Amino acid sequence: MLKDITIGQHFPGDSVIHKMDPRAKLLLTVAYIVVLFIGSNPVGLALSALFLVVAYRVSGIPLRMVGKSLRPILPIILFTSILNLFFVGGDPVFHWWVFTITRQGIYNVMVLTVRIVCLIAGTSLLTYTTSPIVLTDAMERLMKPLAKLHLPVHELAMMMTIALRFIPLLIEETDKIMSAQKARGAELDTGKLADRIRALIPVLIPLFVSAFRRADELAMAMECRCYHGGEGRTRLHQLHLGGTDYLLVLVCAALFAVIGCSGILWGML
Amino acid sequence: MKMDEKMIRAEGLEFRYAEEGRKALDGVSMQVKRGEFVAVLGANGCGKSTLAKHFNAILLPEKGDVFVEEFNTKEEEHLYDIRQRVGMVFQNPDNQIVATMVEEDVAFALENLGVPPEEMRARVDEAMQMAGIYKHRNKAPHKLSGGQKQRVAIAGVIAMRPDCLIMDESTAMLDPIGREKVMRTVKRLNTEFGITVVMITHYMEEAVQADRVVVMQNGVVELEGTPKEVFRDSGRIRSLRLDVPQAKELCDLLREAGVPMDEEIISEEECAEALAKLLCGAKRN
Amino acid sequence: MSSVIKVEHLSYVYGEGMPDATRALDDISFEIERGEFLGVIGPTGCGKSTLITHFNGLNRPTSGRLLIDGEDIWADPKQIRQYRFKVGLVFQYPEYQLFEETVRKDIAFGPRNMGLPEEEIALRIQKAARFCGLDESLLDRSPFELSGGQKRRAAIAGVIAMQPEVLVLDEPAAGLDPEGREMILSQIKKYHKETGTTVVLVSHSMEDIAKYADRVLVLQAGKLAMLDTTANIFARAQELVGYGLSVPQVTKIFLRLREMGLDLPVDVYTVKYARDVILGALAKRGGGQDA
Repeated sequence: MLKDITIGQHFPGDSVIHKMDPRAKLLLTVAYIVVLFIGSNPVGLALSALFLVVAYRVSGIPLRMVGKSLRPILPIILFTSILNLFFVGGDPVFHWWVFTITRQGIYNVMVLTVRIVCLIAGTSLLTYTTSPIVLTDAMERLMKPLAKLHLPVHELAMMMTIALRFIPLLIEETDKIMSAQKARGAELDTGKLADRIRALIPVLIPLFVSAFRRADELAMAMECRCYHGGEGRTRLHQLHLGGTDYLLVLVCAALFAVIGCSGILWGML
Repeated sequence: MKMDEKMIRAEGLEFRYAEEGRKALDGVSMQVKRGEFVAVLGANGCGKSTLAKHFNAILLPEKGDVFVEEFNTKEEEHLYDIRQRVGMVFQNPDNQIVATMVEEDVAFALENLGVPPEEMRARVDEAMQMAGIYKHRNKAPHKLSGGQKQRVAIAGVIAMRPDCLIMDESTAMLDPIGREKVMRTVKRLNTEFGITVVMITHYMEEAVQADRVVVMQNGVVELEGTPKEVFRDSGRIRSLRLDVPQAKELCDLLREAGVPMDEEIISEEECAEALAKLLCGAKRN
Repeated sequence: MSSVIKVEHLSYVYGEGMPDATRALDDISFEIERGEFLGVIGPTGCGKSTLITHFNGLNRPTSGRLLIDGEDIWADPKQIRQYRFKVGLVFQYPEYQLFEETVRKDIAFGPRNMGLPEEEIALRIQKAARFCGLDESLLDRSPFELSGGQKRRAAIAGVIAMQPEVLVLDEPAAGLDPEGREMILSQIKKYHKETGTTVVLVSHSMEDIAKYADRVLVLQAGKLAMLDTTANIFARAQELVGYGLSVPQVTKIFLRLREMGLDLPVDVYTVKYARDVILGALAKRGGGQDA
């Protein structure tokens, strides 16, 4: 069922990570991704993974959620792993028919897998602990300087907000239209691919018509409430960088520096 | 409250959606007094929604003028003054909520108006309390019922502290319970907070609660007066393609059968009382 | 009378196995008789929509059975589509499912899916349009050009054209003006009378249910609360109010009169009946005085 899809999965909570300023969280996540690539050696990756485990513990989000967020990209991980495993040259450790597995191959696969897992798990932690609306808000504020370069920062953020608001609605509507057409005998989930695509027309047309109607009405409602772009706008929720935020950023920055330099350590081993 | 003061004034209003199309409004002149509760009735396509959209400058007259307090809606420099004074709630609750959280949505208009955050907090809370949705403030709109969503929309409008609230068929898509709650909220805003209400509706039960009823047909005002005056002639109401409340219908049928019933009866309470008097009276005699 | 739909201990659970699983329907059993006009009422969220989507196999019972013409519709899940044509379902705001270039083509969508020959389809379109009060001249227009009420009737015609044994309508008059409501509902009643099709009408409007239904089913929190003749159901008006349902205004007037201690019948639900009751009571009392 379409209804079962959740968008921007957010698990409300009370942890330090939940309460952290979203701008700080967003920047730290970006920094973490960079560090993952700089500190791309066994010591660095081990530390990165350890950092994440601790962060998940603190946030109170069960680690199995990582598994859930990894599921969609599992095929990609498997595919690149297989490529690396069999096609990287170096010292062979295993040989059978045309397949050769090398020490470098195994090393690459391990580094790559850990890195991708950490990358996904890290960004997921951000969305798990931050509501989409707060996240949009943080992005708008962080990108504000770009508005000086005439980038439509406010408009983009507004579009995000409206999209977040209307996605559940449109999913529900799709479900409803599909049921209605099925009730008239439409076959939506059987038949050949070409037939299935054609069968989508009775669903897509009403969906578009309805989306346009909604957009029209929403625009009018927004105008009635004096919407006139981002100029002179204030916000209900103010973001405050507090003491805890600075402290956490400092701790993380120090850790990231260590991970970044871990390459030297690895070289010495 | 100064009831004589005019809130909205329309004079010789004409409007067409397409240049060579039919006139949606064909010479409408009417007034809404400050603090009044006006219901606008009429069959589909009679022009009532078009009229309402002229009251806060969503549409501008082709001929004639609309004044909101002292402002002519044609004066573009006063657009936000007008929209702040006359708030509007539409029919489909889903298509007028912008934000993903109730209180964020209620704050939307204030954010647009650049109200300072501290003041905004207080006004948002006040508006949510007035509309009776304070306890849902942290919920996502799609988790609410239709009636609740519509009250979120009302809160989003009254946060602007408007003088006038226009309900453009805002109860049409609700179930009876949701409709009743919205109606009660609107009545309260009118009586307790003195907000002028213009209610466009298909429901006669709602119209009989108004101070004044305006009936439209083919782009003109056909009938105007207190609910009692307007509903007195059931035949006329039916010819305007409207419904007659069942209480009134029952009284009409009884009168036809020779029972002395007052022509003025339009509400359930009045009807029950008159019948009780009649039946008890008959017993006592 | 034989039953056309038979529901046996039907339960339906949303999101089974999930922590937030909810029981939308709970052990429901009843029968819909062939040719009857059944009203379905219940407060919002009581499971009405979930129940009617079981009638044509859009939802599959979590437990229990649903029989149409005595056959378990889920005996062979591959054959479920044939039941969609036996039980025509008109959803709420059905005009939002119109999609074809012309009204004619849109009405033809259902019959075409049934694999009917073209002549038969053309015939059915004409019949369905006539039943729904759609003028011939509208048939070649785009459905998106029609007025709100016309769109609604075109959408209903699309289901009627399948000539189902049972026609199920979820709030067919929602959001329309009084004239539009009256028009749609009286046309459905006329269709019911002329073709003998079984009709199931889901509505929030007790006035409409009182006016059109022979029997009424009351659903409350996923359970079958009442199923009886319309008169017997409205005789329990107080209970209905307790469920968070509203009753017709005349019924409310009579509830008030009874509260005032007047001895009047409880099952008053139409205005004409109310008049007769009042006239009767007056005559009796007047007569008593004469004697």
